[in-house]
Amino acid sequence: MSLFYQFVFYVFGLVAVVSACIFVTRKSPVAAALWLVNVMFSLSALYILLDAQFIGAIQVLVYAGAIMVVFLFVIMLLNLGQPGQLVDTRGVLPWLGSGGVAIVVLAAVLVRLPRIEAVDALQLPPETLEVATRAAGAVAPVATPLFTTYLLAFEVTSVLLLVAVVGAVVLGRRRGEMMGGGGHGRGELVGADEVLVHGR
Amino acid sequence: MMTHGLAPLLQVARSQVPPPDVGFAWFISVPLIYTIIKILVVFTVYMVSAALLTLAERKISAWIQDRLGPNRVIKGWGQPLADGVKNFMKEETLPAAVNKPLFLMAPALAFIPALSLWAVLPFAAPLPLKWGLMPMVVADLPIGYLYILSLASLGVYGIVLAGWSSNNKYALLGGLRSSAQMVSYEIAMGMSTIPVLLLAGDVSLGTIIQEQERGLWNVLSLSIAAGIFIVAAFAETNRLPFDLPEAESELIAGYHTEYSAMKFSFFFIAEYCNMVTASALMVTLFFGGWTVPGWHAVNSAPWAWWKTAITLAAFLIKVMFFLFLYMWIRWTLPRFRYDQLMALGWKVMLPAALGYIVIIAAAILGLDMLGVPRTAVHGVPVYGLCLLGLNIVLLGLLLVVIDRGRLISPASARVRAAELARLRAVRERSSLAGRATLGAPGMAVRESSGVGD
Repeated sequence: MSLFYQFVFYVFGLVAVVSACIFVTRKSPVAAALWLVNVMFSLSALYILLDAQFIGAIQVLVYAGAIMVVFLFVIMLLNLGQPGQLVDTRGVLPWLGSGGVAIVVLAAVLVRLPRIEAVDALQLPPETLEVATRAAGAVAPVATPLFTTYLLAFEVTSVLLLVAVVGAVVLGRRRGEMMGGGGHGRGELVGADEVLVHGR
Repeated sequence: MMTHGLAPLLQVARSQVPPPDVGFAWFISVPLIYTIIKILVVFTVYMVSAALLTLAERKISAWIQDRLGPNRVIKGWGQPLADGVKNFMKEETLPAAVNKPLFLMAPALAFIPALSLWAVLPFAAPLPLKWGLMPMVVADLPIGYLYILSLASLGVYGIVLAGWSSNNKYALLGGLRSSAQMVSYEIAMGMSTIPVLLLAGDVSLGTIIQEQERGLWNVLSLSIAAGIFIVAAFAETNRLPFDLPEAESELIAGYHTEYSAMKFSFFFIAEYCNMVTASALMVTLFFGGWTVPGWHAVNSAPWAWWKTAITLAAFLIKVMFFLFLYMWIRWTLPRFRYDQLMALGWKVMLPAALGYIVIIAAAILGLDMLGVPRTAVHGVPVYGLCLLGLNIVLLGLLLVVIDRGRLISPASARVRAAELARLRAVRERSSLAGRATLGAPGMAVRESSGVGD
């Protein structure tokens, strides 16, 4: 492992950890959201250092580019008030309790992790990912198992997401409004075609 | 040993293991020097062209409107320089109660994604040098296209943060308006390029260009995708007819209301940079990239310096055509209304792109199963021509059956036959009276687009 590689790895690792700490301690929700974007970026850099270029690009595209933008939208529209006026209503005890649990779990993982023997399914293939990438492109090594071996899990996940989308629509619509039937909603959306029609 | 994926990005990793006696000398390797030179050249060309584009925009607008345009500072050529000096000399204002770090950061956030996109765009054939082949791309990433998609999705941060941090309700509403537009069209843009990836079978831009070199240009074999992509790219760069984010004539300017001097003009530099990047993307994905159509010898190895020069010229000419198209359209078409913009993005382009993916995937599967060769047979690109035929049929269906004068001109609508007769009678009366009324041309347009109901 070259010195350059190690240097870059530790820089991004450090940025990720520090940004995550700042993220949970900010009072302003917008600032917190932006620090979380920074964490996503650093994680993406770490994925790319591990030769998982596809995952790295998707990490930025999905989390930083789509999900966090929607988060920012919601936060800005909610108008939570001045950050200085927000107070944490929880006392000190839950803070210490949850922090303590987290530290114990983290320590257990750190102690145990280097000695774990991976099961056969999780063993790295004989050729590294870089070789596979050079032979078949960046997407095929991820796509082939996803659409053959794990096809059922993939499809079930997509159904789960569909259920979540339908649920969001049901929760999001105004009370008393019928789905798709009423003339009111239609006029609002179709306006482009309907409003300017002359003599109709 | 673990190898690392930064290799293409920095191109130092080819000599990854340092020779023991020279210490850090491996770091200053030939590929690294190449990369640094390429970064400097691309950055300089990019910035200068952004400045020249502001001049080109004024000259072309003047030409279209039959005016002279800028003609004072060195006969107009010094206008970008004069603009720059003016912007530096203006007072920098910082309104009260802005969120200072974000307010200062937002112009840079709008600009950096557009600049970084150039890292993966190939702009000429590789150049053979004494020290080895120099690929004419800053970093030949295997995930080139995904890199572009993910960085392009970050451009919205600059706008939304500029609007929010200004502590001004008009700026906030402007920021939300434009980011809603960008998020909507980003989806259509991403979806419209999936057929390109399906056809190339890879996400690397080099493969996409090669695929077009040996077959047809994607604009022919995937015409509808090209159309959707070009429209979505106009919306993504906030240019007319989609310049709702700015809309200076009817709305408060929007997210950059509170900015002044150089910070204000940085948003405009970002817009021009975005235009250059979007034009280069159209060329790479749909118009064969740097290849010269019909001249296979210049597009393939063995490489020579003159091949690099010719392909570079071909690339620049193609990009300049699309930059001209941007300006041409800006000074020709009026702006969409906001609801029309959203309806076009979500109800027309997204379903069309999704349906097109399914059809093209089925067509590619079918053609491969029939054993149609990807390469040209006796100089005839059969595969591309089959897809071209399919596209012509689909385009006919889209325009004649589904559209019928509705989507292409969203402000008009289908008119009943009786109504049409009444409008014609009105027009004839007015023409008989010898008055060329202003309404007449508009009625003619409505008639021609409304026949069929």
